[in-house]
Amino acid sequence: MAPKQQGGRVVTQQTRSLLNISVNILGIQLLSTSFGYKMDTLSYLPVQPGVGMEENFLSLDDILLSHERLPIRTECSFPRLGFLEKSSDTKDITEGTKMELPLWLSKGLYEKKRRVLSVELPKIYKEGWRTVFNADPNVVDLHKMGPYYYGLGSQMLHFDSPENPEIAQTLLQTFIGRFRRNMDSSQNAYNEDTSALVERLDCLEKALFTSGQSGLNSFQSWEKGQASQLTASSLVLNYRKRKINDLQP
Amino acid sequence: MFCEKAIELIRELQRMSDGQLPAFNEDGLRQVLQEMEALYEQNQTDVNEAKADGRAELIPSIKLRHCCLLRNQRCLTAYLYDRLLRIRALRWEYGSVLPANVRFHMCAEEVQWFTHYKKSLASFMRSLGGGEGLDITQDMKPPKSLYIEVRCLKDHGEFEIDDGTVILLKKNSQHFLPRWKCEQLIRQGVLEHVMS
Repeated sequence: MAPKQQGGRVVTQQTRSLLNISVNILGIQLLSTSFGYKMDTLSYLPVQPGVGMEENFLSLDDILLSHERLPIRTECSFPRLGFLEKSSDTKDITEGTKMELPLWLSKGLYEKKRRVLSVELPKIYKEGWRTVFNADPNVVDLHKMGPYYYGLGSQMLHFDSPENPEIAQTLLQTFIGRFRRNMDSSQNAYNEDTSALVERLDCLEKALFTSGQSGLNSFQSWEKGQASQLTASSLVLNYRKRKINDLQP
Repeated sequence: MFCEKAIELIRELQRMSDGQLPAFNEDGLRQVLQEMEALYEQNQTDVNEAKADGRAELIPSIKLRHCCLLRNQRCLTAYLYDRLLRIRALRWEYGSVLPANVRFHMCAEEVQWFTHYKKSLASFMRSLGGGEGLDITQDMKPPKSLYIEVRCLKDHGEFEIDDGTVILLKKNSQHFLPRWKCEQLIRQGVLEHVMS
């Protein structure tokens, strides 16, 4: 297929391949869970976050992701909304103000012809940090870089920055670079304290890590012959723990 | 910034990612609805002014408030929907009778929804197996034997099994019971499955 030179199609293809990979990985890990039996907590199935540049309307993760703030510059004035801008005490927001707005508001107000606002890239998606990520993705603490590195990066592609192809490429390469180590650690850390492994992961990687761990635990208990043992539902146990905590002063 | 209260509701649910149901935040819901009303009123006056006086520069503010209204709507819908998913999980984990402390966390409409869901599930189960009915909430794990050894974790009183014998479930007593009768109690944590 002949790729378009800039903008839309190449970008979407790259982000789609990024998220195709993670969806396939989730599929593999879910397969390993079905090795023995279903876990109790599979009764509660929350709405999953959206794939790539799309958000799922009802997903709690996507709502929290779109709450992240972005630096923007207004290209027109917003009368009677001066109170939203903390730094100055004006009645209106004037044209050319630099302020921070949450992602959901920026997406809602953004228009292609740039009449309303222009979004500046957060520094982790800019040239400087992109070279760091391209050099060695494994050393970076993605949790500190904003816990939603991949999610926010995919959403930034909505704002038609000229650097979109490079951003998409960096996101993809970072994910691929880190994936091997994450999958390895999630499939081999059995009955250990995993906080050191998890603390540098961003939210997408954490979700993959958790599902890998649950697959590993299911497999191990199947090997021990505990797969046929009926267990109390974990929801019930958690309610009981909370009740005891309420009774204690 | 607008919609802060709405995101608080979402964070409350996200904190309990294992599927537990927190108390229904009626206050929070009311505050979000009040904010939506205030935004709507402001937008109405601005729209009327823009139309009457032809002041087109008010339009970006109108758009911004509209985005806030949509955001609040999204947060509220997601909050209510996620709670319903948790309540649905309760039917599968606890069974049809919920303990009082859990029911206390649900609002009246959610209790009603739970009753409707129970009824739908029950009529579905009755229609399976050629009109004879099949309890699909049983046998969540493939059964290996008809009878299982169980130990009682707490006093549960008397328990009658199919052939009429009454068993007294006292703490730490062990029994050899049919699997289909015990499954519910094991899931509720009253009995413990003992593997020899």
